[in-house]
Formats: sequence, C-alpha cells, structure tokens
Amino acid sequence: MDTLLVGLAGVVALSTPVVLATLGEILTERAGVINLALNGTILLSAMTGFAVAVNSGSLLWGFLAGGTVGMTVALLVTFTSLTLGQSQVAVGFVLTLLTRDLSYFLGNPYMGKQGPRLPHWPLPVLQDIPILGPLLFRHDLMVYLSYVVILGMWFWFFYTRPGLILRGLGERPAAAYVRGARVRELRYLYAALGGFLAGLAGPAYSLSVKAGWKGTISGLDGIGWIALALTIFGGWHPLRGALGAYLFGLLQWLSLVLQPQLKDIPSQVLQVAPFPTMILLLLFVNIGNTEWMQRTLAGLPPEVRRLVERALRALQVSPPAALGKVFREE
Amino acid sequence: MPGERREAMVTLLFRLASVVFALLLTALVLVLVQAPPLEAFRLILKGAFGSPKKVADIFVIWIPLLLTSAGLLLTFHAGLWNIGIEGQIVLGAVFATGVLRYLQDTTIAPTLALILAFVAAALGGMIWALLSGVLKVYGGVNEIFSGLGLDFVAVTLVLYLIFGPWKRPGVGSMSGTEPFPRELWLPTLEKMRLSPWALALALVAWIMVIVLLQRSYFGLRLRAVGRNPRAAYLMMGLSPARLTLLAFAICGVFAGLAGAIQVTAVYHRLIPAISSGYGWLGLLVGMLVNYSPIWIGPVAWFFAMLNLGSIQLPIVLKVDSTLAGVLQGTLVYSFLLGEGIRMKWQQRRREIGESE
Repeated sequence: MDTLLVGLAGVVALSTPVVLATLGEILTERAGVINLALNGTILLSAMTGFAVAVNSGSLLWGFLAGGTVGMTVALLVTFTSLTLGQSQVAVGFVLTLLTRDLSYFLGNPYMGKQGPRLPHWPLPVLQDIPILGPLLFRHDLMVYLSYVVILGMWFWFFYTRPGLILRGLGERPAAAYVRGARVRELRYLYAALGGFLAGLAGPAYSLSVKAGWKGTISGLDGIGWIALALTIFGGWHPLRGALGAYLFGLLQWLSLVLQPQLKDIPSQVLQVAPFPTMILLLLFVNIGNTEWMQRTLAGLPPEVRRLVERALRALQVSPPAALGKVFREE
Repeated sequence: MPGERREAMVTLLFRLASVVFALLLTALVLVLVQAPPLEAFRLILKGAFGSPKKVADIFVIWIPLLLTSAGLLLTFHAGLWNIGIEGQIVLGAVFATGVLRYLQDTTIAPTLALILAFVAAALGGMIWALLSGVLKVYGGVNEIFSGLGLDFVAVTLVLYLIFGPWKRPGVGSMSGTEPFPRELWLPTLEKMRLSPWALALALVAWIMVIVLLQRSYFGLRLRAVGRNPRAAYLMMGLSPARLTLLAFAICGVFAGLAGAIQVTAVYHRLIPAISSGYGWLGLLVGMLVNYSPIWIGPVAWFFAMLNLGSIQLPIVLKVDSTLAGVLQGTLVYSFLLGEGIRMKWQQRRREIGESE
C-alpha cells in the first residue's frame, strides 16, 4: 500500500511539467492562438533554466529564465501570425524545430553538469492527511504551483468576467470586439502568459523531476507534442486537460513498473506506448465529428444510435471556433 | 508592366534580406558560445567543398532530401502537414532491409533483389502515410498528431528490430544490423557513396512533382482541396477524402524510396537513425520554397550542403553540429518574417496609392 502511494506521488511529481505545458497551451488556444512551438520551447527553456540556475546559483532566476524563453517564443509566434499574417502552424512548426536545435547547440557546454535542484518542501498540516497528504502535499514548490494554476485557471475561465471575454476571443472574436474587448492586445497577452506557463515546464524538468541537462538523451523530446495532444483531449478545459496529463504520467509509470512482469514484451514497446495511446485518445474524442460517423449513425436503429451517440458525446470535443484564425478589426 | 517588375524586385530584395538576417542571427548564436562566426561559416564551406568526394557527398544527402521534399510538396498543396514523413522514411528502410535479409540467402539475382527491396520500401512508406491519411479522413485525427505518434512508433520499431530479431550475431548494438553482402549494395561511383541510380530516381520524382503540380488537372484539384476542402467539394464536386489519401500515398512512396536508398546505397544496413532527419528537413524545404516545385531542387541542395559542411564543426571548433539545424531553422523563420513584412509594406503602399 505504501509503495503504491509513493509510486502514485511520483506520478504526480512527474506529471507536473506536462500539466504546466498543457495548461499554458489551453490558455493560449482559448484566446484563439495555436502555439505549435511547444516541444522545442520546453527543451530550450529546460536548457536555459538549468544554465541560468548553474551560473547564478539561484533557482528563482532559473525558473524565470525558463518562463521568459517560453513567453518570447509565444510572442514570436503571435507577432508573425497575428501581425504579419503568416500561417500560425508554419511559424510554430519552424520555431519548434529551431528552438530544439538551439537548445542542443547552446546547451552543449552544460551537458551532464551538476546543478541546483528544487528542494522538497512538505506542506505543514496538509501532509498529515491520510492518503492525500503523502500523495499531494509532500512535493516541491512547482507541484503546488501547478495545483494553483489548475484551479485558478478553471475559476478564471468559468466564473469571472475577464474569463468570459477570454473564451469569447477564441469563439467569436467579432462579438468580443463589438463588446469593447481589444482582441489583438488580449490575444498577445494570453499567448504571452500561456507561453510563460509552458516555459516553466522546462525548468520543472531540469531543476526538479529530471534534474540536469543531458542534451538529446534528456528524454524531453516529444513531451511538448504530448501536451499539444492533451490540449485537444482535454477539450480545452483546464480540469480535463490536467486529468489527461496525470493519466499520461500514470501510463509512463505503469510501463516502468510493469516492465519486469511483462518479460515477453520488449522494453522499447512499453516506452513508446504513450504515443499510440495519444493517437487512440484523439481518435475517440474526434471520431464523432466526422461526416462518415454521422452518416453511419443515421443508418442505425434508433435505440442503438442513441446509445452510441451518448457515448460519443461524452468523449467528443470541439475546438474554439476561431482557433488559429486571424481577426481583423474593421 | 513596370509595376509588376518592381514588385518582383521588391520580393527578391526581401528574400535576400531574409538570408542576410538569418546569417546575422546565426552569427549571434555562435558568439554566444564564444565561437568565431566567420571561421565557422568558412569551415562549413570547406567541409562541403573541400574535395571532390565531399561534393559528391552533398548529393548523397540531396537525393533522399529531394525525394522527401518532392513528396511533401504534394501534401503541402493538399493543405496537409505530413509530419509523419520521418516514420515513412523509416518504414521504407525497414521494408527494404526485411526483403534483402530474406533474399540474401537465396539464389535470386542481386538486381532483382534490389528492385524488390525498392518496391517493398515504397509500399512500406505508403502504408505508414495512409495510416495518417485514414486517421485524418475517417477518424478526424489531425495529421500532425497521428504523424508524430507514428514517427515515434517507427523509430521504436527500428530499435526493437536492431536489438531483437535482426540483431547482429552475438549482441545487438546501436551500430545497426549486420551489413548486407556487397552484391546487394546499390552500385555507386567508384570510391564514393553516390549512386547514379538513386540520383536518377530522385530526379524523376522531382520532375514528376513539377509536372503534376504545374501541368496537370490533378495539381489543380489538389490545390483547390488544400485551399478550401468544403468549397472544393460543394462547387467542383471534388472528393477531399480521395485526394487527401492520394497525396499521402504518393508522399509515402517517395519517403519509402528515400529510406530504401539510405539502406542500400549509404549505410548498407539498418541503423537507428536511418532517416537522418531528412523528413523534418524536407518540411523546412517545403516551407521555404513557398509551393514552387522547381525551387525544391536548389533549396534542398543548399540545405544538404549545410548539413555536410557542419559535420566536422564539433572536432575543429568544439561546437555542436546542430549548427546546421539552427541555420536552416533561422533561414525559414526569417523568410516567413520577411514575407510578412513585405506583404504588409506592399499593402500599405497600395493603400497610400489609392488615397492619393
């Protein structure tokens, strides 16, 4: 029982960077901007955060540097697409490759160096709650910050007026504009904030759960794409997005734990398991939207149809209507 | 018309400015790691043109890159981001290796064995590409995510094969599978890795894509679907599903062939990094040529030159060889930046012209 609890607590810690990146992307996309540069951003911010922390000896500067890298990349995406009218996907994709190569190139001198690490900081009182205490409250500061972000973003989105306007930016920017929202400025703002959050995911690895910088074998390449997929899987909802990130962490942990038990399955297969899972999850949440599925459903007997439809609708997600579209203030 | 010529001049100037800007940014990155920028650029040129063998090696990189860029131009025209291209190269390499491993112990003529390997590779690449296509058309899964997931699966498959069923006698290692017997190598120029057969194949693919996109009804339809699938379906009766799948399939074939060339002409075995990142690089080439199929040749060649030239940088300058990637990425980004500024500038000029 205790070992299980310790393992699950590890899942919470390991999932934290993914939670931060996913929520950063959710915030950005809710405002109508796709930041496809997430994968490279996490690598570059992990490297930069580590390098800055090593040189300055300050963890705080390390995290701020990581966040700043994320914000800068997000602002580049936003500027080149919203202001200069270039394809958001193209810009994001180029920047994700560029930042990845930059992190390996600039990070070369820091490979394998010793660096500071965020200390454990069990929360007084809360850590003594049975089960929940060891599971949630015996971690480091970043983990607690991620809880605040999850709940804060959920509250912000659905229970505040600025949150309502934010959702409007991604759904019906024209309507938001008519009501007096400064669409372009707000999109810049939320993209920058989302980018900062995603940028924290880097140091959350390199200064905490996977401390250090190991270049191409850091094992961080691919995380950003997972976070982008989780944004879709989570239906752009902070709670569902975070849940997806924890499920992903659980899956990674299970593949490690089960490896000795499943000797017949080569270890490589289990390591890559998250990626086909990602495709399957996206399939489940999207298939209800396809014309093919709707046509098939129409041909089914009513009782079966209702059942299938209900199942699909429970999973189904649809993106903010104006996601990735440029809005011109006329 | 003088006005049109002026616009063309302006476009050219902006592109040149983008290149200069990219070089400056890369120089800045070099200064950050305390390496001399001019010396680094000189070393890249020396590394690429230092000897006839090196020049031939540029073409060794150019061939698979041209194949992937050609295929990607079709998917780009169909409005698709075929990020699964890396996996499609890998599957081509795996299929080719599988066929050659099976046939090397038989008495089959080597030429026939090679042809079969290439056919299998084309098939392998196509299957992997169609997986993304089917997931997109019938599952609503964005091709970026399916492609990316399938890339990881493909790389893992190679690792599994190299350390599992296809491992070298004794113990498997990252150096790859046991090399094929010499008669199963694709014939190359003497003492070089450049194969005229592979070169011919890549050139045919390039010309095919130019003709398809610029001279055929297929190209027109592809573009219509890429621009606006719904309108193409409603107004022209085109089936976006069929064209999407077709674009994926052809691109997969080209990528698979690139994988076969990597296996039969360059490495003579299956290695973990068999795709050499030519899929990602092809995507950058595709973005830089702005939908123009003729330009993929020179641009891919330039990128191949950078890749080759930077190989020796770690030894001489003690900097990482990802510098080529940094320079290529910076080039594409500053190109997008330049395009954006140019369009804004020209739009403003037109507005001023109208108000006068």
